[in-house]
Amino acid sequence: MTAAAPLLPPADWRDFLALTKPRVMTLVVYTGLAGMLAAPAAIHPVLGFTAILCIALGAGAAGALNQWWEADLDAAMKRTRRRPLPGGRMDRQAALHFGVGLGAFAVILMGLAVGVVAAAILAASILFYVLVYTVWLKRRTPQNIVIGGAAGAFPPLIGWAAATGGVAPLPVLLFALVFLWTPPHFWALALFVESDYAAAGVPMLPVVAGEAATRRQIALYTVPMAAAAVGPWALGYTGAIYGAAAAALTAVFAALVWPVATRRSAPGDAMRPEKRLFSFSILYLFALFGALVVDRWVLA
Amino acid sequence: MKGDDEELVRARQRERATVTAWLLGGFTLLVFAIAWVKISAGMGS
Repeated sequence: MTAAAPLLPPADWRDFLALTKPRVMTLVVYTGLAGMLAAPAAIHPVLGFTAILCIALGAGAAGALNQWWEADLDAAMKRTRRRPLPGGRMDRQAALHFGVGLGAFAVILMGLAVGVVAAAILAASILFYVLVYTVWLKRRTPQNIVIGGAAGAFPPLIGWAAATGGVAPLPVLLFALVFLWTPPHFWALALFVESDYAAAGVPMLPVVAGEAATRRQIALYTVPMAAAAVGPWALGYTGAIYGAAAAALTAVFAALVWPVATRRSAPGDAMRPEKRLFSFSILYLFALFGALVVDRWVLA
Repeated sequence: MKGDDEELVRARQRERATVTAWLLGGFTLLVFAIAWVKISAGMGS
């Protein structure tokens, strides 16, 4: 007979909230809302609110299931060891039940209140994040965040599908933009938390292929990302406001990528260019989707 | 169970019950609003 796990008191509700990764959820909600507002069809505010709520809950469910599966990895990394599960503040089974329940609730509510297409894409995004990224790819290949990045690219599609009931070329381009933005964004982070990933045995690109290869890959992925960013304007799906914003923001992004791609870090390096690129990459996506909505509403 | 532990468990249960009550209240209002919108727009399903 094995020793029983120590009995924990019921988890604090704030720990359930932390399980949903609220900071990651912000970007997901924002891009979902932008996708909805950029759509050519109007949605009733109550149904729009419900759709965004479902996107947020679905993202929270995916985050909770990710933390349930990766409790051992999180315990090995400085950045994540204080999360509810590795911190010993919550029972693993409670996290699993919470994640599954929240995900099912979000998909069912989306299907009943908003539409079947939006609900199906939401379900696919949760399953993709949990099964394809978390369970299958993350511990196996340095391409984990390239393919897994698709999970974070679904919200604009969901928002658009909630408003229109279908999918069109523009939200597919937005999907491509977030998908291609993820590698430079994440690898910039991985460069300055490399030792953390190495300690946890996660095969992130800097750990497996080295720093030089990671810097080269960041530069390489920036090229198709730039094409996806200006694509909506170049193909005539948006107006000049978005086009100008995309060109200017992408130029700044590329200017920040250049020093990251061309330098080598020394021992004890503060990694300032990498941190600057990581911070700007978040602002970049926020500003780009903001410009998309402004363009749609001003020029409409 | 020690007195302090029991106190902690009770406090957590009370807080979770309060949060659950607020969430259920919010959900009820949301379902009411969705039903009202759908009926007003003549969307039966």
